[in-house]
Amino acid sequence: MAYITCENLTLGYEGMAVAENISFQVNKGEYWYIVGENGAGKSTLMKTLLGLTPPMGGSITTGSGLSRYEIGYLPQQTFVQKDFPASVWEIVLSGTLSRYKKRLFFNKEQKLLAEENLRRMDIWALRKQCYRTLSGGQQQRVLLARALCASSKLLVLDEPATGLDPRVTAEFYRLIKDLNQEGLTIIMVSHDIEAAVSYASHILHVEREQSFAGTTAAYQASGFWRALDGSGCEG
Amino acid sequence: MTETLQFYWSYPFVRYAVIVGVLIALCSSLLGVTLVLKRFSYIGDGLSHVAFGALAVATVCDVADTMWIVMPVTVLSAVLLLRTGQNAKIQGDAAIAMLSVGSLAVGYLLLHLFSASANISGDVCSTLFGSTSILTLTRSEVWLCVAMSVLVVVLFCLLYNRIFAVTFDESFARATGICANTYNLMIAIITAVIIVLAMNLVGSLLISALVIFPALSAMRVVRNFKGVVICSAVISVCCALVGIILAILFSTPVGATIVVANIVVFLISSAAGRALRR
Repeated sequence: MAYITCENLTLGYEGMAVAENISFQVNKGEYWYIVGENGAGKSTLMKTLLGLTPPMGGSITTGSGLSRYEIGYLPQQTFVQKDFPASVWEIVLSGTLSRYKKRLFFNKEQKLLAEENLRRMDIWALRKQCYRTLSGGQQQRVLLARALCASSKLLVLDEPATGLDPRVTAEFYRLIKDLNQEGLTIIMVSHDIEAAVSYASHILHVEREQSFAGTTAAYQASGFWRALDGSGCEG
Repeated sequence: MTETLQFYWSYPFVRYAVIVGVLIALCSSLLGVTLVLKRFSYIGDGLSHVAFGALAVATVCDVADTMWIVMPVTVLSAVLLLRTGQNAKIQGDAAIAMLSVGSLAVGYLLLHLFSASANISGDVCSTLFGSTSILTLTRSEVWLCVAMSVLVVVLFCLLYNRIFAVTFDESFARATGICANTYNLMIAIITAVIIVLAMNLVGSLLISALVIFPALSAMRVVRNFKGVVICSAVISVCCALVGIILAILFSTPVGATIVVANIVVFLISSAAGRALRR
């Protein structure tokens, strides 16, 4: 059984459907890119996967030992965080809360987990610094470490390259690829189609009526890729 | 000076005022950090005006214990304001402005039309700015305040880690199974309770100052969440103490003196923060 199975999903909010007939399966170790035009429902799909918005139709099931809230999430930066006085350590540690639901205070295991992921992201030295004084790339590593604390199985990333310069973006993509090779399953929402075809193992192209879900090779052979690429041919 | 203070300390009403003042300052500063960071400062402001309106209605209806009307109305408005604030940003802002100004106007109008008291403007003034009512606290009011404050502090300490998670990143918290809405609701209700209690201390117009100033001052100098919480609690308690003592010594209005103390600390910490960053 797959980590996540979506069948005939209808996405939307406030009673308005944005995309219909979405079916796909995410298995362990895969690297998914969710692409599509702005407003096509990429973000809504992601929120539905995370359980933030209920689907308007169809079903999402989790399996293969993945429980509903065992998803590491890397959200887009909110404006609240721009001047938030929090140390790197506090933020990463807060990621461990979901694994220890019944505990009110952090125990030794949680602190070890946070330390391990800080070192893994190579930001252990920054742990006492204030989040808002870090560079964009460093902030993404902090949020990534927090996401890894929440789950060692599946990461969901929402447009992680927004606001990063090209060099840092490339570095960040490599980091994600490494995590994927270490066995983590990745789902990334992005409009960076170039990165999608070079990194992803699978691509989900969200369209209003009929979406595409399949391997990257199959995607490149399909009409969807050309449609978004802008080289003619209606999808 | 110490003799004057000792003389006043022998009166129970002065002791009550100090106890209540310190406790309210402590609670409001704890909440203040979350409210300021979540951009909910305006909710405190709106609620205090609602509490004024409710108090006016309670006074006009000649209810023996005004708390029974003021508390539920304020808590209810807190829940409603949070709802609208979440749905649409601009409409939520407008709703709060409407509600707060509306209840201020209606409250004053009602008092003017129906109040039996001879000194209406004096009554209104003391409700808005707190003037002397902190010195007329009864024993039961003090106990209520102590109980509520202990409850708030204990809740805050126990749920501290989750409050941090929800404040820093609500969608992440939600995605990892923390019930963010419950926490928001809890924060709104506690805010309402604190505001109603604090009305005695500083009056309804000045409550927001108690909520906002200590948190902002702390954020100028401290760079981590735990530090900000502790620092703002310390600042708030010290300002309340100093304010009350100065008010007694120079017979100035208690609420305004406390707020001025907070403003001074804010200016100092802003300067200190700027110097530290250099």
